[in-house]
Amino acid sequence: MTAQALVRRLLGVIPTLLITWTVVFGAMRLVPGDPVLLMLQGTPISDAAMDAARAKLGVDRPFVVQYVSFLLGAAQGDFGDSFRSRQPVTKLIAAEFPYTLQLALGGLLVGVVLGVSLGTAAGVWPGGWIDTLCMTAALAGLSLPSFWIAMLLIQVFATQLGWVPVLGTGLNALILPSISLGLFIAGGLARLIRNSIIDVMAQDYIRTARAKGLTAFRVVAKHAARNAMIPPLTLLGIQFAVLIGGAVVTETVFARPGIGRLLVQAVLEKDFPVVQGVVVLTTAAYVLINVLIDIAYGIIDPRVQS
Amino acid sequence: MSGSWRRVLAAPGALIGCVVIAAILGLAAFAPFIAPYDWNATSQCRRLAAMSPEHWFGCDLFGRDIASRVMVGARYSLAMGISTVAISLVFGAMLGVVIGYCGGRVDRIGARLIDAMLCFPPIILAILIVAVLGVGLWNAALAVGISGIPRFARITRSATLSLAARDFVEAARAIGSSDGRVVLRHLMPNLAPILIVLATLDLGTAVLFTATLSFLGLGAQPPTPEWGAMLNAGREYVRYAPWTMVFPGLALFLTVMAVNLVGDRLSAVLDPRQRAR
Repeated sequence: MTAQALVRRLLGVIPTLLITWTVVFGAMRLVPGDPVLLMLQGTPISDAAMDAARAKLGVDRPFVVQYVSFLLGAAQGDFGDSFRSRQPVTKLIAAEFPYTLQLALGGLLVGVVLGVSLGTAAGVWPGGWIDTLCMTAALAGLSLPSFWIAMLLIQVFATQLGWVPVLGTGLNALILPSISLGLFIAGGLARLIRNSIIDVMAQDYIRTARAKGLTAFRVVAKHAARNAMIPPLTLLGIQFAVLIGGAVVTETVFARPGIGRLLVQAVLEKDFPVVQGVVVLTTAAYVLINVLIDIAYGIIDPRVQS
Repeated sequence: MSGSWRRVLAAPGALIGCVVIAAILGLAAFAPFIAPYDWNATSQCRRLAAMSPEHWFGCDLFGRDIASRVMVGARYSLAMGISTVAISLVFGAMLGVVIGYCGGRVDRIGARLIDAMLCFPPIILAILIVAVLGVGLWNAALAVGISGIPRFARITRSATLSLAARDFVEAARAIGSSDGRVVLRHLMPNLAPILIVLATLDLGTAVLFTATLSFLGLGAQPPTPEWGAMLNAGREYVRYAPWTMVFPGLALFLTVMAVNLVGDRLSAVLDPRQRAR
């Protein structure tokens, strides 16, 4: 990828972010009710204090001015203060972020290990009972309500067997959340990898490798698997959306701190600056991750030059 | 289409899926007549009573029969799932077909907007919409439905683009058909198979999604016997009475799995690229 193409790709992000942020801004303005009254959550207020509060929030300014200052704020990571805790939204998110990152990495690890194993096994022996078994398991992974499997895991491994703590933020307490998040990812990944392996196994270089007399294991491990991982890798970016969505649920079930739980709490408490901040930042992260993966794809696989 | 259906049902997984879906549909339709107890009547038995011949799935905190609630709950989960897909399908397909058929600048701007909307992780977009509309059963279904529109629009658009270049569309225009007629009589029937597969594949996700919102407290509210909401309500005392969450969750899992089994097979039969496999 040339430097010019790289810059163009990165600049292409700007209109996308602008559209998504405009949607968020518009959505927040559609919320019925005066933001100051929402912020006060029922506390009585005098007219003068009301006007002062409106001025402080900036909602007395013309619509266009509010919009521009929202965009400028968003670009700098400034989303104002939470209605509830009165702390800057950015600070709240920064405090929760490490927990969500841990969970996401744990879930991704479980998902990749399980997904690659199931997908490869199914792809190497397509059509047989192993294929059916692995693909049914993958479909089950996609169909399992993660909050349900999480509750079952807690019930069995934490409450009954006592192998891991029910609550907490240590490494032990990360195991069950990672599994319940990873199962869904594994399901999607296994299906992608299976199809990719089947495509690769039909290539000439695999026939050559076999003709050379390599063992079946070496053919799969050295020649097929490596090439078959490239297409699913590009879809890893999409997994980010799954991880964020999963984090919302998993953090709630396990009562873990994190961005997902922050968002759900904020919606329930009508804490709109927090909702706005979390949505803007996760969307921006999603867009950026996908661009980075696009670029990485061009580097990993030189055949792709688009 | 009937030949396709026969091929769909030839796979054991899809056949099982169809049977399960039929059973759940039957349950949803006749729940008030089959359910052994009133779903909302409290003190039917001891609070959190375990499973017994009288109460197959046990009882919840208010002494309500869980089996009856799970049966009636099928109505909510299916209704929410189906209406969600209907919203995504109708609006997404309309948007996609108009953008794709108009082409030119409309298409460029429309495609850009769709791509930007796809940059929202779906559940985040749904939660944002719930934040605007307020918490509730139908608002959650509406939110998930809206968040699915870009996905349907994108696929409809690209299918329309390739169809619009075909001879029969040009022929229809040449004989003086209006744009509306071309879209409705010529494009839509050709898009239908793609949309049917897409809707079926989406239904499982939609049921799961709306139940997830209910579980988070953003969708159906107690005492509605929606499965996600039941799991949410049982969270506090699940360690003393695991049956409060096992059965609603199992019902949800079986429904989603059955729909996915059928959708999967349906797309394999209708997609020629996969048929070879």
